[in-house]
Amino acid sequence: MDILCLGLSHRTAHVDVRERFAIPEAELARALATLTSLPGIAEAVIVSTCNRVEFYAAGPDATTAMCSLQQFAAERSGVAPSIPDPFFAHDGTASIAHLFRVVSGLESMIIGETEILGQVKKAYAAAAAAGSTSRNLNKFFQRAFNVAKEVRTQTSITRGPVSVGSVTVDLAEKIFGRLASCHVMILGAGETAELTARALLSRGVKSIFVANRTYERAAALAAEMGGEAIHFEESERRYREIDILVSSTAAPHPIVTHDKIAPVMRERPERPLFVIDLAVPRNVEPSVNDIEGAYLYDIDSLQSIANQGMEVRRQEVTHCEQLISRHVNEFHQWLGAARPQKSGSEPA
Amino acid sequence: MDRLPLILSTLCFLLGFAATLAALKSGHYHPRRFNLGMMATGLLLQTVFLVGRGQAIGHCPLTNLFEALVFLSWSIALLYILIGPAYRLSLLGMFTEPLLFLIQTVALLAPIDALHPVFPPHSPWLEFHAAVSMMAYGAFAMAGVAGVMYLAQERQLKTRRLGTIFFQMPPITALATANMRLLWSGLLLLSVGQASAAAIRVKVAPGVLIWGGAMWFSYLLLLLARRLGPRRVAIFSVVAFVLSVAALCLLNHFSKGTM
Repeated sequence: MDILCLGLSHRTAHVDVRERFAIPEAELARALATLTSLPGIAEAVIVSTCNRVEFYAAGPDATTAMCSLQQFAAERSGVAPSIPDPFFAHDGTASIAHLFRVVSGLESMIIGETEILGQVKKAYAAAAAAGSTSRNLNKFFQRAFNVAKEVRTQTSITRGPVSVGSVTVDLAEKIFGRLASCHVMILGAGETAELTARALLSRGVKSIFVANRTYERAAALAAEMGGEAIHFEESERRYREIDILVSSTAAPHPIVTHDKIAPVMRERPERPLFVIDLAVPRNVEPSVNDIEGAYLYDIDSLQSIANQGMEVRRQEVTHCEQLISRHVNEFHQWLGAARPQKSGSEPA
Repeated sequence: MDRLPLILSTLCFLLGFAATLAALKSGHYHPRRFNLGMMATGLLLQTVFLVGRGQAIGHCPLTNLFEALVFLSWSIALLYILIGPAYRLSLLGMFTEPLLFLIQTVALLAPIDALHPVFPPHSPWLEFHAAVSMMAYGAFAMAGVAGVMYLAQERQLKTRRLGTIFFQMPPITALATANMRLLWSGLLLLSVGQASAAAIRVKVAPGVLIWGGAMWFSYLLLLLARRLGPRRVAIFSVVAFVLSVAALCLLNHFSKGTM
């Protein structure tokens, strides 16, 4: 029995190509049934996410199974039955290594992200429920999940924030702990501030005030995020109520100054203020960071921390690959030893 | 041989600290696993030593500076076990263990384990006063540790240079809260200790009395001054603990033969 993989990902195909091959959840069972009815394919799992579409198959003859996979993929795209350029095809140890890398986040757009593991688990569960997996793919996917766990716990591949949004949220949590009691103010209703506010909202901040020169835009954004719109002129008076200030206005000069923040902090010495300045030119005077209890981060410092996090993850890739390589060899040996036992329905 | 449990407990603290450092360096730190184990083992060994010493001398083992330092170290370890998991202050152990290692190493190496030629009569209240006061110093020591952690975390946040340790540290507000609670606990214990000393009319040198009173009053003022801000409180906790140890040495020097 051989294990094969045919697929495309964000690395090999643009989104307009990927979306042609994507398989919605509702169609998975039927697609799996079609796959397992094709010549040479005994077992199948389909992983379809926004960044990848991959078909895993186990069959007694690798050549026949790969032809069937290619035919299936081509039919779904509505083009002639040949491998379209963006596809990659793996068999033997390469297919094993590929899945182990995918679930460990090494093939992800953001190295080390863990969402893919949940997506692959879901894909495997759907395939198992549809009855399209058996001994080989059961064992293969279970082993992959164990490998992912080992990689996550024994390396630093998932450690540290790697985007401006995640850096902001992580820093906020390092200042306040749980964000459930934090009040946030957004100055400027632009996209950058909105993304940051959404990242904070996802961690359960208590309330959000939105202030913008154009009140209507502030009201629209506040309504969208379940916050409160305030007039821009009113924002300064509300500084004492907030814990996190996100500024991203188009003002050509600092609008949040040392003189405005210092009295606020004197009134609340035990309550810190996290100031995030995402604007260029900057909206917040750098000297605000000198005020006790105020922590100011501009876009460059946030990006720099994100880059550090990414660099740490890149350095960990070699360590992860060594770990994966050991498991690939072990699983390949198991697969070789299991080969004489032709078909079987024994679960892994 | 009676010092063996103490030597082993010192090694436990060193091992816990070294293991945490190595784990942080490799990036695979798991809070509260190894540290808690080492701290609990160290505490157990300290207890074995102190019980043995107490039985040998027929007193609460606070008859000289050596025993006082070991008792202080035991108080710190006990407080860590009690409050560390409660506040979920990961890495508190990493900062506490070197302090325990240092105190016990000094206790073991310095020539301070002099036996008093004549012990004062056995007095449970006197021993209660000494033990509670020592627990207060333990709480102040832990506040000092939390203060160091606060200042380290604050520095990283202010300078925006986030080291490996940053993401393993507790939130800065949690450190500030823990610091305040430890200071209150220490002050409460110190108050009980001083009240018990007054009740049984312990005779001490006037200098010690003034020093002890000044310490108690300083902590009280600090805790009542709400506008100081957590940074100044953290600095005070560190400085005050160093002064507390100095006070402990002074107290021991001036009160020789009173316990």
